[in-house]
Amino acid sequence: MIAPLSTVPPRACTATRNACKLCAPLGACLAFRGVAGAVPFLHGSQGCATYIRRYMISHFKEPLDIASSNFGEATAIFGGMDNLRLGLANVVRQYAPKLIGIATTCLAETIGDDVAGSLRQIRAEAGDSLPALVHASTPSYAGTHAEGFQAAVRALVDALAQARPEHEAVNLLPGPVSPADLRYLKVVFRDFGLEPIMLPDYSDTLDAPVWKEYQRIPQGGTAVESIRRMGGAKATVEFACTGDRSRSAGALLDERFGVPRHEFPLPVGVRQTDALFEVLHQISGRPIPPVHAAERGRLIDSYIDAHKYVFGRRAIVYGEQDLIVGLASLLAEIGMVPALCASGARTGRLEQQVRAVAPDIGGEATVLEGVDFAEIEERAVHERAALVIGNSKGYGLARRLRVPLVRVGFPVHDRIDGPRLLHVGYRGAQQLFDRVANALIETAQDTSEVGYSYM
Amino acid sequence: MLPILAARKPQIHEKGAEPFAMACEKQSLAGSVSQRACVFCGSRVVLYPIADAVHLVHGPIGCAAYTWDIRGALSSGPELHRMSFCTDFDEKDVIYGGEKKLYRALVELIERYRPKAAFVYSTCIVGIIGDDVAAVCRRVQAERGIPVLPIHSEGFKGTKKDGYRAACDGLATLVGSGLTEGIGPHSINILGDFNLAGETWMIRDYYRRIGVEVVATITGDGRVDDIRRAHGAKLNVVQCSGSMIHLANSMQESYGIPFLRVSYFGIEDMAKSLYDVAEHFGDETILSRGRELVRDEVAAIMPELREIRRSLEGRRAAIYTGGAFKAFSLVRSLRTLGMKTVLVGSQTGNREDYELLRELCDEGTILVDDTNPLELSRFIQEKGVDLFIGGVKERATAYKLGIGFCDHNHERKEALAGFQGMLNFAREVYRTVMSPVWRFVPRKSEAARP
Repeated sequence: MIAPLSTVPPRACTATRNACKLCAPLGACLAFRGVAGAVPFLHGSQGCATYIRRYMISHFKEPLDIASSNFGEATAIFGGMDNLRLGLANVVRQYAPKLIGIATTCLAETIGDDVAGSLRQIRAEAGDSLPALVHASTPSYAGTHAEGFQAAVRALVDALAQARPEHEAVNLLPGPVSPADLRYLKVVFRDFGLEPIMLPDYSDTLDAPVWKEYQRIPQGGTAVESIRRMGGAKATVEFACTGDRSRSAGALLDERFGVPRHEFPLPVGVRQTDALFEVLHQISGRPIPPVHAAERGRLIDSYIDAHKYVFGRRAIVYGEQDLIVGLASLLAEIGMVPALCASGARTGRLEQQVRAVAPDIGGEATVLEGVDFAEIEERAVHERAALVIGNSKGYGLARRLRVPLVRVGFPVHDRIDGPRLLHVGYRGAQQLFDRVANALIETAQDTSEVGYSYM
Repeated sequence: MLPILAARKPQIHEKGAEPFAMACEKQSLAGSVSQRACVFCGSRVVLYPIADAVHLVHGPIGCAAYTWDIRGALSSGPELHRMSFCTDFDEKDVIYGGEKKLYRALVELIERYRPKAAFVYSTCIVGIIGDDVAAVCRRVQAERGIPVLPIHSEGFKGTKKDGYRAACDGLATLVGSGLTEGIGPHSINILGDFNLAGETWMIRDYYRRIGVEVVATITGDGRVDDIRRAHGAKLNVVQCSGSMIHLANSMQESYGIPFLRVSYFGIEDMAKSLYDVAEHFGDETILSRGRELVRDEVAAIMPELREIRRSLEGRRAAIYTGGAFKAFSLVRSLRTLGMKTVLVGSQTGNREDYELLRELCDEGTILVDDTNPLELSRFIQEKGVDLFIGGVKERATAYKLGIGFCDHNHERKEALAGFQGMLNFAREVYRTVMSPVWRFVPRKSEAARP
């Protein structure tokens, strides 16, 4: 049975109801998982690590170990130093990691634990026997999982990148995209003859074949040595537009090592991908590789084949802000209306960025920050939307609106292909476009009394 | 070989090795990737299915986000429990305190959703910044006229078990506040079943059919008003002893209501939970109806079970559950299917549980308390298991090693309790163990490849 739409009129609500965001430590764990030989470590209560593991495992369908300093009452009173020391030692003994990525939970942050100071002392005591220890401050009351991800990437660069003689590699900071996106981006760079240093890279660690023997730390990820080399790269390509530009890892590489930074919105759709390929052409001095030119050609051909199915149709888009901007760009370029763009995060930049990539939509689009799924639904019922695009958590919304949900981003908890979904580049645009167009065609087919087999 | 930390060894035991002294009920070791959650998790899972209450998580967003609509706990009416409410702290709340926000949130939610009660879960930092959650709850309760119960579930203040206790404390304040008129002599409360995939409905129906009245189901398909009159029942029937034993004890003390511990998993345990209730009431009619019901239900599922058993005979299984009580039933259910349990453990079992498990298991079976992925992987490889029974976190590990898996945790959408549940369980085990996909798994396919 499908529950009826809420008839309660919208009004301000203090409580967050069905959050459209996750907590910062989750984003940090995801980023740390993309470093070779790394173990993510949450400094705080045990529940945080377990909840985050379960949430991420349900999307990636991969083992994902996150250690925890397992605070008890005494830890909360006397500070987490001893638990941190013991926890790190135990992780080293069990996992023999090359790096431990430590993210602080709200508990550690609230008691004011001096993690940086503790780590200095632990390093001094242990000498060379420890792996690299990288600390990101990720209190969940300040920012969402997107900020946690960025904080961890910046912390990695901050702790590890070194001044090196300029070399030919290009830094790539892709943001929290799917393993399939990461794999594809590496191919694109290599096809331009560029060596990418992509940080993070969980394309193998979170999307691996079946193992013969248990791997304590899954193979793959950005090598620590590669992160060190980022200071000497000839350029940085960074996908981000709604985050704090001055706090990004790309900004740091620019300020500290003078690595030129090319910053884009997430390359979703033809126009954003064109911008990326143009820069790759400039950096590499090579023209667009024929295989990609052909993919672009087929993508545009399909836009034309299906344009009447999609034109003028209204969509509700929600989730991480950078992904919303990318999707709005794609929808706008095929004549769809991103009627409601909504995110649980508050950056103050979402509306401006959406309007920048989709200038034609004008008054047709409502852009909301800091909203939850209850508020999104209260708005959405008036939007005459044909489609909902976002992660699995909007399934209830789509169900009550009686429109299809095209699943993108994270988490995808109700389908099996979350890690294999492509979003970026011509190839990602092709997948997204096909799925959007098919969803609309399928609705038309299913709701027709005739039952056409020829649409 | 994957290493085992020295400090973990007292929590691991192989049957046959003496002496048996299982260390358990300990705080997890720092740096260990425990499969356990926290105090908040314990409280949240226990109270979650109460469908006509507001469940408000007080603190930053994570705890609420990760527990939004994740369980298959069904309701026959209102579905307020499927909403995730949170005060969603920002930095200002941490600095200035969250009491005012909590008050506003509660008043608005009660106004808007008209719940029968509200539960307020304190998360980690509430305990640190010193919000007087109890005082806010008292005020709102007085103003709005519904029970508003603070649940002291700060994550770091103990283990998941302490969270069960905090939840039971909340429930205990509800019990006794309703009218008990019209409750008959052969009446029970069902404690510790959470109506995953409608299991409480099945169990309730079995009891109804043998002539036993069910007053309150706590908390599967739970309703505040039923819980308030639960003290009118003459017996508490407690499953999942870890989570609900505290409430059963407190109702025994306050109202003199005795309790029985039962399990609804597997034919033997399900039948016993009907017979035990019948025997408690000393009523021949109930007992004979019980026998009749068991006979009919077993007859209906046996032919297919026998068929399935033929394929599964001799296969090996590993079990890792939250509470240990469920593990007993699973060992027995697997025996019904002809399978051997070679590894069994739990997140929160106690000394007595592990003694019982040890008696139940065959020589050489490994017992583990509060284990982690490295230990689990090591043992399931060592023992060559065909099936792992656990939760989502263990599923990925099992699949990655090419081992079948059955989800027996809160997220599942398949009813595994009762007689029909035993058949569902057998079918699920069959589907995973007998799937042809394992032939492609490296450790098997490499031997087969030319």
